[in-house]
Amino acid sequence: MSGIRDVDLAARTVVASDGMPPTDIEDPTYFHKVVDCQWACPAHTPVPEYIRLIAAGRYSDAYMVNWWSNVFPGILGRTCDRPCEPACRRSRVEREPVAICRLKRVAADYKNDIRDRLPRPARQKNGFKVALVGAGPASLTVARDLLPLGYHCVLFDQDRRAGGMIRTQIPRFRLPEEVIDEEVGYILDLEPELRLGERVDSLKALLDQGFDAVFVGTGAPKGRDLDVPGRREAAAHVHIGIEWLAAVSFGHVKHIAERVVVLGGGNTAMDCCRTARRLGGREVTVAVRSAFAEMKASPWEKEDALNEDIPILDHLVPREFLHENGRLTGVRFQRVRTERDAQGRRALVPTGEPDFVIPCEVVLVAIGQENAFPWIERDVGVAFDRHGLPVVDPLTFRSTHPKVFFGGDAAFGPKNIITAVAQGHEAAISIDLVCRGLDPRLRPPPAVRRTSQKMGLHEWAYENEVSLEARRRVPHLPRSRALASLEAEVELGFDPEQAWHEAERCLNCDVQTVFTRQLCIECDACVDICPMDCITFTVNGPEAELRGRLNAPARNLEQALYVSAPLKTGRVMVKDEDVCLHCGLCAERCPTGAWDMQKFLLETARAGCR
Amino acid sequence: MTYLPKPKLHHPALPKNAIGLTHRDYEGAISTLCAGCGHDSISAAIIQACFELDIEPHRIAKLSGIGCSSKTPTYFLGTAHGFNSVHGRMPSVLTGANLANRDLIYLGVSGDGDSASIGLGQFAHCIRRGVDMVYIVENNGVYGLTKGQFSATADKGSKSKRGVVNTDSPIDLVALALLLGATYVGRSFSGDKPQLVPLIKGALRHKGAAFLDVISPCVTFNNHKGSTKSFDFVREHNDAVNRLDVILPKKPITADYEPGEVIDVPQHDGSILRLIKLEADYDPTDRVAAMDYLFEHRARGEIVTGLLYVEPHATDLHAELGTVATPLNRLGEAELCPGSAALAEFNAAHR
Repeated sequence: MSGIRDVDLAARTVVASDGMPPTDIEDPTYFHKVVDCQWACPAHTPVPEYIRLIAAGRYSDAYMVNWWSNVFPGILGRTCDRPCEPACRRSRVEREPVAICRLKRVAADYKNDIRDRLPRPARQKNGFKVALVGAGPASLTVARDLLPLGYHCVLFDQDRRAGGMIRTQIPRFRLPEEVIDEEVGYILDLEPELRLGERVDSLKALLDQGFDAVFVGTGAPKGRDLDVPGRREAAAHVHIGIEWLAAVSFGHVKHIAERVVVLGGGNTAMDCCRTARRLGGREVTVAVRSAFAEMKASPWEKEDALNEDIPILDHLVPREFLHENGRLTGVRFQRVRTERDAQGRRALVPTGEPDFVIPCEVVLVAIGQENAFPWIERDVGVAFDRHGLPVVDPLTFRSTHPKVFFGGDAAFGPKNIITAVAQGHEAAISIDLVCRGLDPRLRPPPAVRRTSQKMGLHEWAYENEVSLEARRRVPHLPRSRALASLEAEVELGFDPEQAWHEAERCLNCDVQTVFTRQLCIECDACVDICPMDCITFTVNGPEAELRGRLNAPARNLEQALYVSAPLKTGRVMVKDEDVCLHCGLCAERCPTGAWDMQKFLLETARAGCR
Repeated sequence: MTYLPKPKLHHPALPKNAIGLTHRDYEGAISTLCAGCGHDSISAAIIQACFELDIEPHRIAKLSGIGCSSKTPTYFLGTAHGFNSVHGRMPSVLTGANLANRDLIYLGVSGDGDSASIGLGQFAHCIRRGVDMVYIVENNGVYGLTKGQFSATADKGSKSKRGVVNTDSPIDLVALALLLGATYVGRSFSGDKPQLVPLIKGALRHKGAAFLDVISPCVTFNNHKGSTKSFDFVREHNDAVNRLDVILPKKPITADYEPGEVIDVPQHDGSILRLIKLEADYDPTDRVAAMDYLFEHRARGEIVTGLLYVEPHATDLHAELGTVATPLNRLGEAELCPGSAALAEFNAAHR
């Protein structure tokens, strides 16, 4: 095939000046973008690869694909913000995306003991010492990537147990403690030096201990407060959401009053209100400034809260904590509505209606989190921007201090676990490169493989029949039992049969349609069979114009057009990647093998790649 | 070959025609022909033509004989009427159906073996009677189902896949159709849908015997060097005389042409066949000139395609027979059997 490819590249240079150049499918990003879920995942987990393994009942293999990529499959399978799902092609060709996140959990739930597949502690140390500040997902990821290479990693955390926000901020009814212990345990088994319960008070002092690198993965540990009248007077009954959740997690708080107001519309607010319902809150109300539809919380978390009889009242701006003799009696809100200016910018405008009071005994404030770096001396060489965030290279995660790296919420503000993991991987690569005296800006490339899936005339190494089933819902514990316990996990997870049905909905977007121009006889068979009208043979033209005159107009500009070099008739093959089902019918119908279905497996580089 | 049915999912922005159908609604069962068969492209062109003409699928009757081509009606218009008849006998079955129910649109699908060999007589008489139909021959020059022997339309001198040279003279069905009085005659190529789809549309709107010879390469047995029915050969020797644009009544005419560039042929139903000239002197309404042109260019080794002949004021068999406007299958017993007195009167008229 290599000879054929050379001809194609040569043809790239002789296209009509205004036509689209032939697509370079040797560029790993081209097919990577077609795998929408993997592209959207911050850690670029090969999603269709592990979904196929789940469909085949190979749960341990599916788990390991995840583990290498995102480190915490069982945890993320319950708590991930799932950026992959809105990206899923299924939602563009049917209705709802594949339940990717909950399939990940299936792999974790049904796997066998996988400990013999995990890396072992390094037999020989390489002599480099790395400090990891904060034992949350970002630092744990760095530890996992560096420990097997022989780095001596020292894990610091103010809490006595590793896990960070995974342990302190996510309620047990969403994430059982055993799952955290298991997956954090896999990393601790690699034998980092643990300095838990030890708060780092000075970066200067830390650097003086002779570390070759310091990774700051301290998260966004400070909950934002709300400074309105009554805040000081009612202080004993107004709690910061994440601090309160941590206190619940550690067993310091076991009860709450009957009437609770939760302020805020993010996932922390959802965790707060649902936790309050389980600690004695009978009338728990969420009040949010924005419109319900624009809340930051994930739709499924809002749904779960509503299912637990928690009203979510929107367009309410808190103005005052009402109190009597040091007791909180309620919160007074101003009613607003959303207006948009010509640029589409959102503004909350008072409606002029009388203020609204929700009576309550306790308020939980969950209106955002902030980074806090009081322990980093401002003259140590780490520069901060005017928002108080460290200046960090988004490619290498190195700060302005050559030995200090940031990742997770500590680097660019609060995001989510999967982002922290992805950044941890990148920081580990950088630390490894720097320790080896290499330039961390020269990133190691991903590992890419493309394998034909052809087994016979109409037989493929993947299931190419497109399931027409709708997305399945994960079964839940009956509400009465769920609300009775702080520990009882609400979501029960898919059983293997449900998981198989859901896995079959995956379109296998990683099985790519690969076109070999030299073999094409322009018989139109692929055009005729394509159920989505994706393929057109036509004269080339500028992209914007070409998009409008394909067999089905290609209006989704985020999705690429796959364009061939000119064919015998002078026309080009144009395929709109947008709604391709990856059913392989084009390749089955092709009499010359000009179309082939090839599995594209991209694994991002890891620390230690040489 | 595909065993998998085409997935039901379709493009989210799939256009609908005037009767609310998408082109997917005109599909049939999954084809079991060889991958890349030209016949499947013709099926796709029929689907596209019916979609663009807003035809209700149940108003079409598909009839065919035997052969690869005659299998294809299963693969399009799944909700139309269909009759897969005997080898070479499609024309008489079609004629009978047309006489019984003149309200349907008759689409005869045949091949070069079915029409130029075993069914040549049937083909000839169906055409000369002027049955109102679209008669499509999917012409690949070989017997595909029996492993690629030459058919009667294979050109003299063309080579089989095994290197055998054909020594028999070919039957040109277009020339025959012109000779036998077909009122709409065209030739096209399965690999050229922009030409083929309008030709099928014009034929479907034509009142009278419409014949289309569609060269359809057999990818398995007749797509090699030395074949005159291969993709490459047809593309290299294609001499298209015109491009057709079927303009339906009340539809605005969008494109502008210089005078002399186009020929408009109005049809009895108010539609216009707009022919964009590719060959300046070609007059598609002159039967004799068309035949001359055809023979001249065939002698040069060219394959003449396009709408080769159309009779603007065509009539059909029903008009010649003077049958009643109501389809015979909808007449009641009293009308069909007027009684012995009427019979006696009729017989008396013949004495």
